[in-house]
Amino acid sequence: MEIDWKAQTAGFQIGASALAGTVSALNLIVMAVAPLATLLSFGDEGYGDELFWGAVRTLEISLFGYVLGIGLGLLGAVGKLYGPAVFRPMFSGYTTLFRAVPELILIMLLYYAGTDAINAGLAKLGIGAVEVNGMVAAICVLGVVQGAYATEVLRAGILAIPIGQLEAATALGMSPVLRFRRIMLPAMLPLALPGLANLWLNITKDSALVSVVGFTELALATQQAAGVSKRYFALYVVAQGVYLLISQCSLSIFGWLEGNMRRGQPGTAVAR
Amino acid sequence: MQWAWLPGYLPALLQGLGITLFVLVASVIGGFSLAVPLALAQVRGRTLPRSLSRVFCSYIRGTPLLMQLYLLYYGIGSLFPFIPGVRENFQWLVRLDAIYYVLAAFTLSFAGYEAEIMRGAFLSVPRGELEAAEALGLSRAQVLWRIWLPSAFQKVLPTLTGEVIGQLKSTPLAFTVPVMDLMGVAHRVMQDTYRIYEPLLFVAAIYLALTFLIVQLFALAELKHLKR
Amino acid sequence: MKKIVKALAGVVFGLSLAGPAHADLKLGVAAEPYPPFTSKDASGKWVGWEIDLMTALCADIGEKCAVEEVAWDGIIPALQAKKFDAIMASMSITEKRKATISFSDMYYIGLPTVIGAKGADKDISPEHLKGKNLGVQASTIHAAYAAKYFEPKGVAIKTYGKQDEVNADLAAGRLDYVLADGVSLDDFLNSDQGGCCEVKAAVPYDAEILGVGVGFGLRKEDTALQAKLNKGIADLAANGTFDKISDKWKLTGKLKLPGSK
Repeated sequence: MEIDWKAQTAGFQIGASALAGTVSALNLIVMAVAPLATLLSFGDEGYGDELFWGAVRTLEISLFGYVLGIGLGLLGAVGKLYGPAVFRPMFSGYTTLFRAVPELILIMLLYYAGTDAINAGLAKLGIGAVEVNGMVAAICVLGVVQGAYATEVLRAGILAIPIGQLEAATALGMSPVLRFRRIMLPAMLPLALPGLANLWLNITKDSALVSVVGFTELALATQQAAGVSKRYFALYVVAQGVYLLISQCSLSIFGWLEGNMRRGQPGTAVAR
Repeated sequence: MQWAWLPGYLPALLQGLGITLFVLVASVIGGFSLAVPLALAQVRGRTLPRSLSRVFCSYIRGTPLLMQLYLLYYGIGSLFPFIPGVRENFQWLVRLDAIYYVLAAFTLSFAGYEAEIMRGAFLSVPRGELEAAEALGLSRAQVLWRIWLPSAFQKVLPTLTGEVIGQLKSTPLAFTVPVMDLMGVAHRVMQDTYRIYEPLLFVAAIYLALTFLIVQLFALAELKHLKR
Repeated sequence: MKKIVKALAGVVFGLSLAGPAHADLKLGVAAEPYPPFTSKDASGKWVGWEIDLMTALCADIGEKCAVEEVAWDGIIPALQAKKFDAIMASMSITEKRKATISFSDMYYIGLPTVIGAKGADKDISPEHLKGKNLGVQASTIHAAYAAKYFEPKGVAIKTYGKQDEVNADLAAGRLDYVLADGVSLDDFLNSDQGGCCEVKAAVPYDAEILGVGVGFGLRKEDTALQAKLNKGIADLAANGTFDKISDKWKLTGKLKLPGSK
């Protein structure tokens, strides 16, 4: 019974990257039933470029949704911990509700209701309706959903900062804003990093859900290509290979980030 | 908001709810059962089972469930015409209802995520306990069944609530293949009545209620079974 | 570093809000391929009978048109939410839909047809199909027809989000029959995948459920746009453009077009 210590770093399986790459390779071999070169080629003949741009759009909405989500999360975390008591139920409601309702339903509700609500609101203000770009809608939807999860992750991160550091900052006369910027944020990031990495992986996968409302990212692009070419199996395997590539690269990046950020930090955080 | 459609569709919605619950319970039980051998393979298996298990878990955790479901249902479906004779001789296989594909996809998905958690749990059981058991003459199987597994299970029990709720939130995906689960019925209502928000809100409320129920159930179970 | 990232995000947000050059007329199409009317070719461009119609129509009425894709089952709400100005997705004109949106004049009439595996029974009356699987696309007149006539007689109705998923499952053997528009099914039957199957029969017409042809879906208040589109349709019918487009897509004689008898 061996304990594999190398695999104990924050639960990340960096060693699995090579193996996952093998899976993609094996997949490609398995579907060599018919010539793939034409199917996946870029340009007019193949679907390679549709899948490529679909993947780019997936990364785009994931990235900006993630940034938005973290922004909302910071707001929520700070609000929950340090904000006026009157706001806390609001933030609690936001996190509880958005984490309890399935993402698919949230995405459908926000995507359809979101523009309606914005336009209704603008109408009340007397401004004409705006046409909200599909990508902006997708980003906002993903960001708002992720914001609820991010609030909890960041809140846990803040709570894990040794309280002595924060007290010292206040004792030195730092204003709350300065303390947040200089002490809290840098201390919290390495502690929240595993949670944030999880959030990133979740958002890249949730991005596939916006295909249900008709936004063309990788999942829908694959369905469209498969629908026309009838090569369902091959194309879905390739698409999954792309998602796998994204997730494995992300894991490696976050692993490196964590190693980097933990330099100079005390060993384990002392819970408050 | 118009709710006039609700009484008419209530029986269908209840049926859909039944299917959703069935998929949830079956995939959780099945997935968990699968997770244990997967985790064991990673913890003390030899190179091949360990690699295979790792690859499988990376695949499950690295790709969206939606695509896994599509690959299983439409991907395999598209292969049937190419296998000669399958339509005539294996009718039951070809016409297998979509719900079995949903079950398969969800079970595998749950197993992939749980394997990681069980792996951590297995590793966190103090080595001393296992060595003591072996010293007392228990066979390896007995050590697993009597000491290692229960101890690991105790450790994961608190997180299990969250995991089951996570699985519940994945269940609406079933409607993307022809399965009339809760979301599928809601979708039908949306088509028939052209109302979008009301059916979605209603279904969201049901999921909220289910989440609450699950949390309560697990809290009760924890009270009864969690030692220390 | 977070600052830079946030600034970048702000810039891109702004840029994407600005969006592409604002076309005068936005037409919503269903994101799912529906050949030969609308589908994406291998280079990612929208092509099809309806796309050509749109180009000709917009040239006639003097508007600049652009295509906006939305999921089929969200297409009416998206129209209401002003994501685009008109629906061009082979949407049939039915009384039920008219309660929510208005339509232009019809620009083609299709024929709902049932197809099935070669060798399967040609008698498609509901009683005969009891216990068999009938596939339809969700939110369509075909789904409504199946629910009204086939479901009560014990036929198992399977609804899918996209028409090509229905076709795929028929080819895979999971469905016994499919009910959809004759022309779109024709396109499927002529493809490799469709070699398995053949046309069984057209269903008895029920104008209330199946509608009176396909038209552009419009918001009720857009009467000016409705008049413009109707004039365009009449013009194209008069100068033979409809026939030209149908010839290009090999649909001569298969569609009932405006102005033809």
